[in-house]
Amino acid sequence: MGAVSVDLAIIGAGPAGMAAAVEAAGHGLKVCVLDDQPEPGGQIYRAVERAGPEMEAILGEDYAAGRALADAFRAARVDYRPGSVVWRTDPDARIAYSRAGRADTVSADRVLIAAGAMERAMPIPGATRPRVMGAGAAQGLLKASGLVPEGRVVLAGTGPLLLLVAVQLVRAGADVSAILRTNDWRNHIDAAPFLPRALANRAELARGIGLHRFLRSAGIPIRTGVRDPRIEDGKVIVGDDAIPYDLLLLHDGIVPRTHLPRQLGIRHVWHGPQRHWHPDVGPVGRTEHERILIAGDCAGIAGAGAAALSGRIAGRTAAGRESLDLVRRLDRAKATRPLLDTLFPPTAPVAPDDAVVCRCESLTGADIRRAARDGAMGPNQMKAFARAGMGPCQGRMCALATAELIADTHGLDAAEVGVWRVRPPVMPVTLGELAAMDLQSSGG
Amino acid sequence: MFRRLNENAGSVMLEVDGMAVTAAPGDTVAAAMLAAGISAFGTAPVDGAPRGPYCLMGVCFGCLVRIDGEPDRRACMELVRDGMRIVGSAGAAGWAP
Repeated sequence: MGAVSVDLAIIGAGPAGMAAAVEAAGHGLKVCVLDDQPEPGGQIYRAVERAGPEMEAILGEDYAAGRALADAFRAARVDYRPGSVVWRTDPDARIAYSRAGRADTVSADRVLIAAGAMERAMPIPGATRPRVMGAGAAQGLLKASGLVPEGRVVLAGTGPLLLLVAVQLVRAGADVSAILRTNDWRNHIDAAPFLPRALANRAELARGIGLHRFLRSAGIPIRTGVRDPRIEDGKVIVGDDAIPYDLLLLHDGIVPRTHLPRQLGIRHVWHGPQRHWHPDVGPVGRTEHERILIAGDCAGIAGAGAAALSGRIAGRTAAGRESLDLVRRLDRAKATRPLLDTLFPPTAPVAPDDAVVCRCESLTGADIRRAARDGAMGPNQMKAFARAGMGPCQGRMCALATAELIADTHGLDAAEVGVWRVRPPVMPVTLGELAAMDLQSSGG
Repeated sequence: MFRRLNENAGSVMLEVDGMAVTAAPGDTVAAAMLAAGISAFGTAPVDGAPRGPYCLMGVCFGCLVRIDGEPDRRACMELVRDGMRIVGSAGAAGWAP
């Protein structure tokens, strides 16, 4: 393969990455797209190219709409490299990645990070057990392999995706025996002031109301205001009740995947209502590094439609074009965010003592608190005190929860505590991959 | 734990912990294992508790398995190939592979 030099290197082939590639290639730029999945689409449009009519009926028209973007992406003049795991990006727009057992580099004029989002970890007691997984994880199995859960499926947590996945599983014939929602009427009151602005995107509001209607008419038992859920073997314990499951799907909203922007040292901004960080990105995708752009949910959670728009905008920025019309459309697409962000606050930002917080190192809330009391004042110190965030996931699953626990122990806000430093390689890379690197064509 | 919408999809043969497993082309190793009823992919390196996949998108590293002799592969990121041999990860890494 050898190292290449391009105008724009895009990391991620979800809606933002695909739209940016189509736009930039359309303006004559030489574009390379690195994505860790085997097919384009990202998580939201996973396997959309292979979806037949039955799958489209189950997943709905928003999913099916991704096919047009994937088709445009395939038709564009783009050097697309699926199965590429990026483990380093530099401010001078060089990328190091591994693909098919071999490390390689790309040099670009500009890099666009479109790494998307991930489900927020939900550190409640028992969440590390087998047969407990993310709602988005089960959705991915349905999209890519047509897998439908058998037996009683329980969904627990909060956020729009929780309800969407429930609807899709019911349509696929699964037995959704309970939905345990942690938000309640108080969140509705908090969110009410944001309703007028959200009306600018009526279509999205209507879809949300449609999900509720569907689940009600399907007779799915839904509880709201669920507090302090805990998981025992095959049961979710809520107060005095034990709700049995064969598969338990947790979801607590989604958060930007920030490891690449963090590794680049890009400034991050705290999102108060959703209690997560996103990189500081300007309206047309620019960051503090002239040659690094960020788009899509990686820049801030706004959904697939907004991600594709922000990708197009970033593609134009890379080509030296203006995007005033698209920026206005993007604002409209984001109109529901303040409402949704307030309606679905995270369930348990401060983990209980007996919940595993760092899954790699099997550290509980009590372990993190003890290390905080012993003098670990921030996340970087917490690594040395307790090894939190030092396992193979490199702190992806526990960064937010660890900071919340440190903050709570010391009477601070998580925004003041911050997040640990992220250094390359941001994904595990084997010596074999490095040894197979073509150093001559990589420029050394 | 899971059934397939398309029951005739399987044509790829794998071996998981010595057991024959039929997978569908396009499955990840994790999807194939879950479809075969395997929910625990191994045990945690620190406390030995059973662990399975959580995120299925390459983030949580909860699905690490040994594939064709290579340790610590994310089962959710590897597509199945005919004849693949998969071994669940068992606790802390040792010297003898």
